[in-house]
Amino acid sequence: MKELTLQAQIENIPRVTAFIDEQLEALDCPMKPQMQMDVAIDEMFCNISRYAYAPDVGEATVRFEFDESTRMASVTFIDSGVPFNPLSRQDPDVTAPSHEREVGGLGIFLVRKTMDQMEYRYENGKNILTIRKKI
Amino acid sequence: MKMTKTLNGGNMTIALEGRLDTMTAPELETELSKSLGGAESLTLDFSNLEYISSAGLRVLLAAHKNMVKKGGMKVLHVNEVVQEVFEVTGFADILTIE
Repeated sequence: MKELTLQAQIENIPRVTAFIDEQLEALDCPMKPQMQMDVAIDEMFCNISRYAYAPDVGEATVRFEFDESTRMASVTFIDSGVPFNPLSRQDPDVTAPSHEREVGGLGIFLVRKTMDQMEYRYENGKNILTIRKKI
Repeated sequence: MKMTKTLNGGNMTIALEGRLDTMTAPELETELSKSLGGAESLTLDFSNLEYISSAGLRVLLAAHKNMVKKGGMKVLHVNEVVQEVFEVTGFADILTIE
């Protein structure tokens, strides 16, 4: 298990991506799941940065775990901001004509579709969100 | 992310290199608002784009809405990861992808 704790700010997304990429590259992760994981990080860490502590800034921890037997890579995002369950959001309409399209909610939807598992729990005042991808 | 802009007749081509995400999407948005006024049509070359997140989709949707009134917008050479994002989000049905 490896962890990185930093300020939840969008300027820090590249640091989180670099941290996860380093772990995935050490495991010889193929390019496609790595890119999918990077997109998921962009979506989830951006959400935490924008909403968890707004208008203040707080810390978030990003934890990487890997299960050898299943080759499942897990990234867990932990913050102490306002409780928010991304899995409770209604799916956006992805069939609407372009003039009626809205991009709100698309990020979480995209992560749900491209990751193998997604879990959320609120525990001891913390949002704990885990995404998993077989690599 | 690196952007290379070419104006050929009325068509503006912007080639993107790197990642179109939360941090870089505003750069494309700024570039488009500066350059699109003089262009009839827009071509986005994604040959060297690694991936796109919803922040990038937001900018593409705005550009598409803008160009649909003129000569249109095309997206070229998308990789497997970008194509999946377009399909999952239904953008594959809206955008012209070649």
